Amino acid sequence: MKEILINLEHCLGCKSCELACAVEHSASKNIFAALFEEQLPISRVHVEAGREFNFPLQCRHCADAQCIKACISGALWREEETGLVKHIPEKCVGCWMCVMACPFGSIVQDRKEQVALKCDRCPEREIPACVEACPTKAISLQEVPSYAREKRQAYLANFQEV
Amino acid sequence: MSQNKHAQKSIDPASQTMLARAEQEGVETAWDRLHKQEPQCGFGMLGLCCRNCNMGPCRIDPFGDGPERGVCGANADTIVARNLLRAIAAGAAAHSDHGRDIVEALLHAAEGKAPDYEIKDKEKLAALAQELKVPREGRSEKEIALDVARKALDEFGTSKGHLELLERAPSQRKERWGELGITPRGIDREIVEIMHRTHIGVDTDYVNLILQGLRAAISDGWGGSMWATELSDVLFGTPEPHRGESNLGVLKEDEVNIIVHGHEPTLSEMIVLAAKDPQLIELARAKGAQGINLCGMCCTGNELLMRHDVPIAGNFLQQELAIITGAVEAMIVDVQCIMPALTDVAGCYHTKIISTSPKAKFSGAQHVAFDEEKALEAALEIVRIAVENFTYRNKDKVFIPSDKMEFVAGFSTEAIISALGGSLDPLLDAIKEGNIKGIAAIVGCNNPKIKHDYGHVALAEELIARDILVVETGCAAIASAKAGLLLPEAAAKAGPGLKAVCEALQIPPVLHMGSCVDISRILVVAAAVAKALDVDISALPLAGAAPEWMSEKAVSIGTYVIGSGIFTVLGTVPPVLGSSNVAALLTKGADDVIGATFAVEEDPLKAAALMEEHINAKRSGLGLP
Repeated sequence: MKEILINLEHCLGCKSCELACAVEHSASKNIFAALFEEQLPISRVHVEAGREFNFPLQCRHCADAQCIKACISGALWREEETGLVKHIPEKCVGCWMCVMACPFGSIVQDRKEQVALKCDRCPEREIPACVEACPTKAISLQEVPSYAREKRQAYLANFQEV
Repeated sequence: MSQNKHAQKSIDPASQTMLARAEQEGVETAWDRLHKQEPQCGFGMLGLCCRNCNMGPCRIDPFGDGPERGVCGANADTIVARNLLRAIAAGAAAHSDHGRDIVEALLHAAEGKAPDYEIKDKEKLAALAQELKVPREGRSEKEIALDVARKALDEFGTSKGHLELLERAPSQRKERWGELGITPRGIDREIVEIMHRTHIGVDTDYVNLILQGLRAAISDGWGGSMWATELSDVLFGTPEPHRGESNLGVLKEDEVNIIVHGHEPTLSEMIVLAAKDPQLIELARAKGAQGINLCGMCCTGNELLMRHDVPIAGNFLQQELAIITGAVEAMIVDVQCIMPALTDVAGCYHTKIISTSPKAKFSGAQHVAFDEEKALEAALEIVRIAVENFTYRNKDKVFIPSDKMEFVAGFSTEAIISALGGSLDPLLDAIKEGNIKGIAAIVGCNNPKIKHDYGHVALAEELIARDILVVETGCAAIASAKAGLLLPEAAAKAGPGLKAVCEALQIPPVLHMGSCVDISRILVVAAAVAKALDVDISALPLAGAAPEWMSEKAVSIGTYVIGSGIFTVLGTVPPVLGSSNVAALLTKGADDVIGATFAVEEDPLKAAALMEEHINAKRSGLGLP
């Protein structure tokens, strides 16, 4: 299963992923038109600035998801075929237990509906909007082993330079 | 499949063929690079990114969850307006600096420092001298030209508080500019003032900022650009209608092909002479070519085709495609709209990119400094380089599309009046009677975000079918040339009223008025019509459009066109929607302020409807049927 994985060194903090995510979750899916929609769209990815690096954080779709355990209404659930953590707004009671349970702060609040919002991995797209929008390819969608191999290769490059 | 894919990119058959060829040859074009840029930065598209100081860069969250102000406290209105103004400043600077070069060419010619230049249109010089109150009695042509050039040069930094050519505007318009405090005081000054006002901690009021944007843009349209047009006519001749050929099919398999590309006519006029040099033609024959084929591209091409029998190889998005034909010995470039990618593309072929302006060098290009004092000498050297390069042409790589189209161009204001029999009256009568409902100007660039040429051609066809006379400049006019709309025969596509007028006067329904600085000709015609009817320009049944615009020059043009009172439809969204206040001012509020607004409409058919609606409303306002 492919995951959204980040190359920290490549994140320039441009927030293109935030805009792309918001636009993907607008009615029109067009940045110009989205500005005129009654309810402005909300991004589910947030670029946080760390001391030495930036990090685009979105739901990690954890295998052992604390948010699902914390959800009292059954709004959060795991989709078996994709392994994704999904959210049903109609079932959400707005108790914010999931927000407290998520260690990454990846769950946000809807503007009007008083329900939780989170990354849905862009079900209508092959490549999630944040991945596609990243100009430096800091955000990628790939299998964990392939990402790990890239990291190993990058690590070995340190020795090759000696 | 492949052809179909390229049909999505351009409606021009020559370009479609060359795009397929580019793909085959593995050569990257602007369309590929756009694809690699997508999705483009949302903050940039909305104008919400500010890089004007180093507390930033800052950006405003358009959806309201993130920051609403930059570090200095600037909000979306301020940031969007400041960014818009800087684009206007860059565009006005480009046009006006081009204008300055032409003024200096006349100055140096009159001083005897540029011996290869002569005054071609003596009547126009005399008319300008009269307009500028330069004494003519008992003075030589050179003395008069010197005074005209000095007066023109003074306009850039004048301390008299207003520009000379603003006098050409109808009094109502001048009064409105005066009331708003946006009468330009000097061409350079308004550009400098934009850079000052948009600096950290100066002007933050978006309305006040945009008023200065209008003032700088007006100094372009009625200043820098207008001087470029007027004095190019004096030096190189006022255009008259004549036939020519357009599109990549004008390149010749058995001749040395030279393309002049860019904007200014000073060098390219000399290249025209150099390409006719018998020794160089003899050299070309010795190298195995049948002759020297000089072609134009973009606005340098427009400057040449307006005045000479020089074919035009294409518009902005065809510059790379021309090189991919493998048949271009040299592309000579000066300033503006020259893609940095050219040298990369040329690296795949034998083509030499020859830069000539000290203002514009390109890594990978050969630079031959162009100097007005030795203009012809430089031109001869450049043509010689091209001719000698014919030896290195790889005949197996030559691939020239067969598509070419005849056109009639050369409709300067003077030529239009002459075609009308000596006065504007027949045009006014046709408008009053409703045979011609109004006049629409289609101008501007190409932009790979819009299907190449479709924005221009579909809009022109739609407007003439509605009995609206179309006038064009720049890459829009080249698109129409290639589509056959610049031929008198194209009147068959016009509505019955316009068709009858075109047939009676033997003119095309779409008139090519020149390069992008020659939009000033359109202002002159608009002002003359307004004066004849004793109304402001904003009362006239006129509309403008820039369906495929992309450059900062186009931002300045659009701004001076609405600043002159003409409603303008843009085909691509300008980066202003990040501020609902700025967007509302430009598309609605400006009507009360300046008598015209912008609209944005990507679909040319819908744009035509908007323009017709506007023209009909203005007709009603004038009590016309």
